Amino acid sequence: MEVVGTLVRLIWELGVYLVTVLPDLLPIILALATPLALGALCGVLNERSGVVNIGIEGIMLMAAFFGYLTGFALHDAMGSGPSIALGILIAVLVGALLGVLYAWLTVSVRADQIIAGTMMNIAAFGVTGYLNRLVITPSGRGGAGVITPFHLPDQIANLPLVGPILVMFFDQGPIAMSLVFIVIALQLALFRTRWGLRTRAVGEHPKAADTVGIDVYRQRYLNVILGCAFAGLAGAFLTLESTGSFQNGMTNGRGFIALAAMIFGRWTPIGAFAGALLFGTATALGVVVAVRVPEGDLGGIMRSIPSYWYAALPYLMTIVILAGVVGRSTPPAADGVPYVKEGKG
Amino acid sequence: MIRLRSVARELWQVASIPLLAIVLAFIVAAVVVVISSTFTSTGFDVFLPFGAYASLLAGAFGSGTALSNTLVAAAPLILGGLAVGLGFKAGLFNIGVAGQFLVGAFASAVVGSSLATSPTPVGMPLAVVAGAVAGAAFGFIPGFLKARTGAHEVVTTIMLNNAAVLLLTWAVNDLVRAPGFSFPRTGDIGNSALPILLGRNVHLGIPLAVLTVFAVRWVLDRTTIGFEIRTVGQNPNAARYAGMRPVFITALTMTLSGLLAGLAGAIQMLGVIGFYAPGITASVGFDSIAVALLGRSDPIGILFAAILFGAFRAGAPLMQIETSVPIEVIDIIQALVILFLAADLIVRRVFRVRAAKPVISELATVTQTWAGGTSPAEPS
Repeated sequence: MEVVGTLVRLIWELGVYLVTVLPDLLPIILALATPLALGALCGVLNERSGVVNIGIEGIMLMAAFFGYLTGFALHDAMGSGPSIALGILIAVLVGALLGVLYAWLTVSVRADQIIAGTMMNIAAFGVTGYLNRLVITPSGRGGAGVITPFHLPDQIANLPLVGPILVMFFDQGPIAMSLVFIVIALQLALFRTRWGLRTRAVGEHPKAADTVGIDVYRQRYLNVILGCAFAGLAGAFLTLESTGSFQNGMTNGRGFIALAAMIFGRWTPIGAFAGALLFGTATALGVVVAVRVPEGDLGGIMRSIPSYWYAALPYLMTIVILAGVVGRSTPPAADGVPYVKEGKG
Repeated sequence: MIRLRSVARELWQVASIPLLAIVLAFIVAAVVVVISSTFTSTGFDVFLPFGAYASLLAGAFGSGTALSNTLVAAAPLILGGLAVGLGFKAGLFNIGVAGQFLVGAFASAVVGSSLATSPTPVGMPLAVVAGAVAGAAFGFIPGFLKARTGAHEVVTTIMLNNAAVLLLTWAVNDLVRAPGFSFPRTGDIGNSALPILLGRNVHLGIPLAVLTVFAVRWVLDRTTIGFEIRTVGQNPNAARYAGMRPVFITALTMTLSGLLAGLAGAIQMLGVIGFYAPGITASVGFDSIAVALLGRSDPIGILFAAILFGAFRAGAPLMQIETSVPIEVIDIIQALVILFLAADLIVRRVFRVRAAKPVISELATVTQTWAGGTSPAEPS
């Protein structure tokens, strides 16, 4: 009986702790969720049209590097603002270009999609590591600069209830700030427009779509390229908005966590965003627990868990969520199946 | 004579696309090296790739030391390649070799260092077995999850790789840290090290890896389990109707795959590294994928592919020292090889060859299980 009592008290303390800590964490959570959500949107756009993309990680990394390189090269000549803006643009462009390559491999050549994605990841790791050692490391110069996040006026930030929510979405740099609008726009586009209907048609039943005159190849190319541009934006966020520096392999599995967020969100933009927020929360809690330990028994327990376990939490959570959700959600029917036009066998 | 010629033709049929893919990868990488040379202090240099590849070759085969370095680098790749290749045979893509390798290396370091003063015939085999068992256990997790819930191994194994790095760092810091060192690490393996057979560093793990090639080949070709693995990989539904147990085979194959990867970690630990410290990086993970694809997931093919990539890894440091072309060019070459194998159309166009398609047919199953959303547990 005593055990149950202790347990209830601990859960109560945990709840109180979360309620006190979460408002301060909200902006950090959104910032952590941004690259995951953008990566997951890439996955949604790709897989809704029938192309599996496990190369998101690599595309993010490449875009992160080239965006950083642009900012780095032009920082002194143009000043921080324009060079960062150009860097973001280049990152998105690099993402889109890699999307062209990936679409060609998977749609036209019909290469195995898992292998093609793995190739993207290895290539990104190699190319960025190579150029990093060759160009950035020896120069010894400072970074590309970083975006200073916007700050809401205190009167608004201190409003009860609404304040923290507004701070979450607006005390951000431009990429994180626009994330919500991108998610809503894509949700509407996917389910309310002709483009969205066509996308879903080629992802569910390409043959039927072909019969009614939809160009399956064109639609898939379009979606893969657009999706990869979002992965490129995620890369730009990592180097130009979040850290202001580049390290080899800095995406650190985010492209794969993004895939888990996509599956968790059942291949919808809003669901994927929710999944990304969940992972962002897990990561943020792991960081904050070390700094703001609650009092009492709960604090003792939390302190006794080594920080490495908190750091591993998002990865372990990905596995648990996949194992729990994947069997009960249905991906697009033609996901991963290359389409062969009749008579072109 | 005629028979010899037909054998040669058959060999060319199998090996031409992989070989030409390597040639093409080197050509494209050379272009990258030339273009990127403009950013360096020495400036634009058209002949840089020749110099770089020459020192790569010299570092891999140029001397007795170079040759033995190549063999030492190839040994874990043979086992890692077998791990990925065995997975392919059952329609599973084990990207978790890096994590299983680290877990295996850690386990054999812990067991090896605790038996550091006991005689080699006791400590060494126990440490090897510990690494293999730890790798197998770590491979079992994604295998079981795939079999039971359908969670795709591509995502779960990558996540386990990341988790393994963090949790092993914690384990070294808090559980098994050896006293008397300025940084966290395990004790030395001492007598548990694999005996050196030849020269400075050719250790017992190398013949062990080669023997494993033939063991895996025997299991796949001559045993019932091997037959079931191959059938599940070719067509899980047919396997189910034939009364096989795809759920069991999936979990078993991932476990065996993890065992091979753990063994790779064990021989690297006991033959080369000597103690576990956080920050040991495992390029073995991605290398093994390239090796398995290049070897068409056939054990003998994997053996040759592993020696080739071992040569790259052994020769690359000399290349970087002599020509300051970064080691990472090997990763680029590796990605290009995979690209040209995945899109063999490019190779065919460039070299105008007509050879058998270099597909690993079980790969279709890998992609299907991603998208199918159904676990092998439930008949579709």
